[in-house]
Amino acid sequence: MTERILTARMEDHPADSHTLARYEATGGYAALRKALGMAPEEIVAEVKASNIRGRGGAGFPTGVKWGFLPADVRPRYLVVNGDESEPGTFKDRQLLERDPHQLVEGIVISAYALDVHHAFVYIRGEYPRPARRLQTAIDEAYAAGYLGADVLGSGFDLEVTVHLGAGAYICGEETALLNSLEGRRGEPRIKPPFPAVEGLYAKPTIVNNVETLSNVPWIVTNGGAAYDRIGPEGSRGTRMFSLSGHVERPGNYEIVMGMTWRDLIEGLGGGVRGGKGLKAWIPGGASAPWLVPEHLDEPVTIDDAGRLATMLGSGAVVVMDETTNVVEAALSVVRFFAHESCGQCTPCREGTSWMERILERILRGEGRPMDLDLLLDISDNISPGLRWPPAMTTICPLGPSAVSPITSIMRHFRHEVEAMVLQGVPAGG
Amino acid sequence: MTWSPDAVERARRLVARYPDPRSAVMPLLYIAQSEEGRLTDEGMRFAAELTGLTPVQVKSVASFYSMFKEETGRYVISVCTSISCMLLGAADVLEAVEDETGVAAGDTGEDGLFTVEHVECIGACGGAPAAQVGYEFVEGLTPDSARSLCRWLRDGRPDVVMADEMQELFGGRTGFPWGPADREGSTGPVPAFGPYGTSEEGR
Repeated sequence: MTERILTARMEDHPADSHTLARYEATGGYAALRKALGMAPEEIVAEVKASNIRGRGGAGFPTGVKWGFLPADVRPRYLVVNGDESEPGTFKDRQLLERDPHQLVEGIVISAYALDVHHAFVYIRGEYPRPARRLQTAIDEAYAAGYLGADVLGSGFDLEVTVHLGAGAYICGEETALLNSLEGRRGEPRIKPPFPAVEGLYAKPTIVNNVETLSNVPWIVTNGGAAYDRIGPEGSRGTRMFSLSGHVERPGNYEIVMGMTWRDLIEGLGGGVRGGKGLKAWIPGGASAPWLVPEHLDEPVTIDDAGRLATMLGSGAVVVMDETTNVVEAALSVVRFFAHESCGQCTPCREGTSWMERILERILRGEGRPMDLDLLLDISDNISPGLRWPPAMTTICPLGPSAVSPITSIMRHFRHEVEAMVLQGVPAGG
Repeated sequence: MTWSPDAVERARRLVARYPDPRSAVMPLLYIAQSEEGRLTDEGMRFAAELTGLTPVQVKSVASFYSMFKEETGRYVISVCTSISCMLLGAADVLEAVEDETGVAAGDTGEDGLFTVEHVECIGACGGAPAAQVGYEFVEGLTPDSARSLCRWLRDGRPDVVMADEMQELFGGRTGFPWGPADREGSTGPVPAFGPYGTSEEGR
């Protein structure tokens, strides 16, 4: 289980994995040459055959998404989502900083396959260093003929523009990202129409995550069928997991899915820091409902996470040890969503900040017995039925994401919350 | 208009780069903020002129995004307080920064040197607790190292703030190996990015 698709170069050549010279010396841009000799629809077929699912959060099959483009509308756009902002996630940052040409090659191949002539990479504003590294790689690629007019003499033209966000988590939601890229407030759009039909400038647009597109050169080189042989059905390929929190060895790990949570947290991550006990972990970014020690031997796959009523999301695993105050942890997550709510939809705009205030007063030792039901009632107004995947009363999933920490502490740690309310004891007091 | 000729030239190039000029509004707001040290009505009016928008449309966009600021100090210190950093002591780091700078989170000091803010996840979770100065990272902070960082900024007044330098002097564990040093850095309250003309090479 040591397949390395994304991280081999940066691990084997740490001093210069980000340069064009090293990228070419390790086989880089050979996939592009191969792709330019193929028909665009053959490349789309390989990506479909790979069964890769999007690495941004939703896990939608990439090839299927590509297939939604209407046949006869031009121009089309490719937009790379590098807005990585889901708390706990820092994998795309590493891919951008340490192997930017891998992404650039993925962009050129994908743009050729999709008949796109202008691609945009939207990178969060707090990532100037990743943006600089990517821009340098793009400049190198233009100079070497991998970008610009008549790529490698093929007659295919492609411009790539890096665009910085400015501090708004919601722009990771693809339609908010498109509004932001159009120079508007980053407010999500009602879907349908989906971006593949009406996206950037109301033209057909494919939005793919940095990690997703970084896999494309490997898929073209080795074939979709080879990718489809890695990992269990429904979770093919390798995947970057960001491990953080109370863990001995935090970091990004490229793993083949199908290993257990125990393998990931105790094996790769070295277990809980300081020999403490494990209390819970967030398996897929702040939006995901939490798992607890009884789930340690469950497999890490997209479908198994779904069966446990949670998700792998952005691949961010946040570990909490036995000393963690779950109300404080839930408040941190809820406060995040309250801060990042765009304000369009009432249940999210009002509900997230009401939940924030209730958790704050419980933490202060001023909780009321009715607060537990009140938290669930507000949650139910944002996401009726409190089921998974969540139902929505909102345009986008941000509101329902704020419900995840509430249902998590109520499901697994209700006694602790009740005790805090009944005793009126402030946290740590 | 107070923008440098170079900034105006960059802005015009950016407007031409996008299929719709409106798309250049955020890059232009960064240029405006970089040129004047903060976002002013005049800067927003000029961005509107260049993109064919009304000043109110530009202000509506600017007000949506937390990195566009009408008031900033020379050094913007952003301490992450989201879940991974919170679990590992971000509150103590923020308190140390507030105390050392004398500036409460959300404020700018009277001498205009520091803006201090607590921010949501900056993508440095594996190196928690983490912060940024001028949007350049420093990871693996402690309350003490955060204080030293503030004193270093106050006493040394670096022209260019570079992540590698801060990390070497004040940082601890990083979320992943950073690899070779990067000599570009931040010169003001905006992300350092070449195409926007907002970055410079340090020593």
